[in-house]
Amino acid sequence: MNGWTGSILLVDLDRGETGVLRPDRALYAKFLGGRGLAGHFLRPKATLAWDDPETPLLVFTGPLNGTASPTPGRATIMSRSPLTPATACSSVGGRLGRELKNAGWDGLIITGKSARPVGLEIRDREARLVDASMLAGLTTGRIFDRLTASEPKASLAATGPAAENGVLFASIAVDRHHAAGRSGLGLTMAAKGLKYLLILGTGRTEVHDPAMLKQARQDILRLTAASPVLMGGLGLSRYGTPALYDLMHSRRMMPTDNFRHTRFEAAARLNAHALVQRFRPKAAGCAGCHIRCKRVDESGRSLPEFESLSHFTALIGNDDLDAAVAANELCNEYGMDAISAGATLACLLEITGEEVSGARILELLRDTALGRGLGADLGRGSRRLAEYMGWPEKSMSVKGLELPAYDPRGAYGMALALAVATRGGCHLAAYPVSHEILRKPVATDRFSFSGKARMIKIAEDMNAAVDSLPACKFTFFAAGLEEYAKAYTAVTGEPSSAQDLLLAGERVYYNERIMNALNGLTIKDDDLPVRFFEDDGDSGGGVSVKALDRDEFLDARERYCRVRGLDEHGRPTGQTAQRLGLEWND
Amino acid sequence: MERLINKYAAKLIRAGLCDPGEPLVAGLDDELVWNREDDIRPELERLFKLLSINSLVCARPAEPFQTIINHLADKHPTVIRPQDCETRTFLHDLPVAPEFSARAMAEALRRRKSVIVPHPEGGRAVVACGAVSPEQGFVFLSSVCFAGFVLFFSEHLDETRKGLAKKDQVRAFERAAGFLPEPVPAAPRLMSGPFLSEDEALAAIAQAGRHTVDLGLVDSYFGNVSYRLGDLLYISQTGSSLDELEGCVDPCPMDDSSCAGLTASSELTAHMAIVRGSQARAILHGHPRFTVVLSMDCGLADCPERGQCHVRCPGRRSVCGVPVVPGEVGAGPLGLARTLPPAIMAPDNESGAAIVYGHGLFATDHTDFNRTLETMIEVENACRAEYFERLAGGGGA
Repeated sequence: MNGWTGSILLVDLDRGETGVLRPDRALYAKFLGGRGLAGHFLRPKATLAWDDPETPLLVFTGPLNGTASPTPGRATIMSRSPLTPATACSSVGGRLGRELKNAGWDGLIITGKSARPVGLEIRDREARLVDASMLAGLTTGRIFDRLTASEPKASLAATGPAAENGVLFASIAVDRHHAAGRSGLGLTMAAKGLKYLLILGTGRTEVHDPAMLKQARQDILRLTAASPVLMGGLGLSRYGTPALYDLMHSRRMMPTDNFRHTRFEAAARLNAHALVQRFRPKAAGCAGCHIRCKRVDESGRSLPEFESLSHFTALIGNDDLDAAVAANELCNEYGMDAISAGATLACLLEITGEEVSGARILELLRDTALGRGLGADLGRGSRRLAEYMGWPEKSMSVKGLELPAYDPRGAYGMALALAVATRGGCHLAAYPVSHEILRKPVATDRFSFSGKARMIKIAEDMNAAVDSLPACKFTFFAAGLEEYAKAYTAVTGEPSSAQDLLLAGERVYYNERIMNALNGLTIKDDDLPVRFFEDDGDSGGGVSVKALDRDEFLDARERYCRVRGLDEHGRPTGQTAQRLGLEWND
Repeated sequence: MERLINKYAAKLIRAGLCDPGEPLVAGLDDELVWNREDDIRPELERLFKLLSINSLVCARPAEPFQTIINHLADKHPTVIRPQDCETRTFLHDLPVAPEFSARAMAEALRRRKSVIVPHPEGGRAVVACGAVSPEQGFVFLSSVCFAGFVLFFSEHLDETRKGLAKKDQVRAFERAAGFLPEPVPAAPRLMSGPFLSEDEALAAIAQAGRHTVDLGLVDSYFGNVSYRLGDLLYISQTGSSLDELEGCVDPCPMDDSSCAGLTASSELTAHMAIVRGSQARAILHGHPRFTVVLSMDCGLADCPERGQCHVRCPGRRSVCGVPVVPGEVGAGPLGLARTLPPAIMAPDNESGAAIVYGHGLFATDHTDFNRTLETMIEVENACRAEYFERLAGGGGA
């Protein structure tokens, strides 16, 4: 096959055995790869507990990994979440996707549970399990130092102390500067006794039509070069994702003090420019990426992404840039999701009324990762923490997943998108920031729900396709599926169009919605914390940031259900499942 | 949604792209809404079942665009491939459908943003769709008209030069030329600078943008405007409509100390380089049609870079006294941010302006927007006269 390898590696950690699955080409064409295929293989086990040995941990590539298609460096890791009742899914950067593909595998399906910590090492078609007991207690940085010293070209995904200590939002660190951060996939991996994945591939992805792929690549690069957000003088390519920091501040939608405010007075001193002045960062990026939005300082330390910079400053009322950078580093080293860590800390600070110094922030985060004292409660995430402390409404989460750094009162499409996203409070499912704030492909009225139901549905479908090809969502600030369909066809030989990819994306997304319904999630779970309907944000500068109108929100959510093909309870229907070619059991 | 469909239907008429009563605009959230009744609506409504879209525009362009699109679609019955910057970057090509059926239109719209299609009542319509806003359909239709215009006049000049212009083409050309409006009138008097306050600068930017649109010097909302005030450069936002710039201007610090201008025009880098390297305060960028046509008319048939003119033109070209430079949109490795500023700031460039190949004109001034708008009008009218002179002379450049 072109594009796909045709082989999926099965790993049984109970028996220490491996096998190979060779799906039909039709299955690949139906789910594309990445997030789509991972969801297909999770579905039969979707109702098992996150720590059930039979619950699979899925790592999947797509047809564009390892090719000249722009931004081909993503991979999907999927399983059940220990943090939320929803499907856990993360698109992760670095080299993981490329190396797995180059090793000859479209994906990994890992089941069972090892009695002692093991590492899975894959070198091309050879896979073996290796004792990893000696890595217990080491930070991810030390693990990377130890395991990649002799194989610097290998991709490494590993969990850190947070996963060992049961932190529900533990992450999987990938290639030192990247992470499968959200939903607690690090803990799911640790529950299997799997400490790390080391992958080295020397093969290459066969491309059906290299000339056509070159043309598609040129079209996409031309569009990204024309994008001020991506390649402009203030764009992600120059400043990394912290470029968004000033924008969210100026639009008065920067979550501040656990979302009690939408503007942080100190923001101008903590922005991307301040990071550049203070740390002189270098650009880094995923395999094959031309945008290179990661920032690394002179010592090789990852600097915060926009989300973690915002949460470790405004959300917790911290105006110490060094402390924010150190907090981010601590999350990376201990293997924790910085968004959930920051938001859970903000929840605690609101409940206790404590004002924290930089040193106290780091102390609390370290205690979280190590399960010490109050940190043990923080490690359970904001929803459990707030319920335990008697203030459930102070958890700023959806479906138990903490909200990212966009206040929904400042962008109503984002409000709807955060509420209905399949993995919980996720900004990436539909990413309406693109049109509500960044004006791409055109600007929409950010203070209106008009038309947003279908916009969100189409964007969710698009991003599900993007995660399955895969490509980076940032590229879609400039390019579209129109251009990527050409790349997909060039690589695989499958005739395709933007609309074909959207249909595949709809299938991928609906499958996740079915899995959530199987776990009892309904429309009641597609909701935002009550604060956003009761409290105004910080208006000023000609911008009025009002509390969301509850009736308008509910109306938009109802419309979303109709557009998405859900029933009045937000549950999938057999009719839509059948239309999309998805298995359906009443 | 209703507000938007009515807004963009009216805007198509106001821009001279469609005759009154012509545009059909639809928007879909959970229910489909149209701006007006029409017998062709049922067929167009089928498109919403065949495609994952939320908006659609269908309209026969007004003259001279109708003649131009008709001729191009007859000449290139499956796909039209303009070479201007907008098409190359955003539309790629312009598909043509053989019949006004949802199936035929969907076939094209599955791959592209617009399709040219025979209209049941005669002539050809442009159907364009979007997944975010009816504004997308407006922009794509406008871009099709602009790209068609540039290709039509470019091809005719080139084929006349080569003696290849056929009778039907000559007829179409004469008809289209007959519909051309009068040359652009003299510029109205704009606010006098230098501007000393933010309010003045913003008002002057909005005024300059509005007149640029009103005078037909830019298609849809493409183009950009900026003004330097102290340590800030005020510049129109990306995708902002030049005739609606109120609230759509980003203040960008000259020292890059804030990224709040992340939503600024894709040409921010070029504007910054010009104001940093010169005394220029005001910059106005538009897409005057004949200026774009002539920027692409080069007589060097045996040039080794033929086909790559937009990024690798090796010559020092000028049109009507204004330098022409290559460059893609934006600040990429082949971007105009690298070619435009040196051309504008060159000691021997007395115009304070430069033309980017196949794209448009950038004009600058030290004080306010009066001279920039005058320059744009003078160059466009000179290019129009020059075009017809070249044509009368057998097409010689």
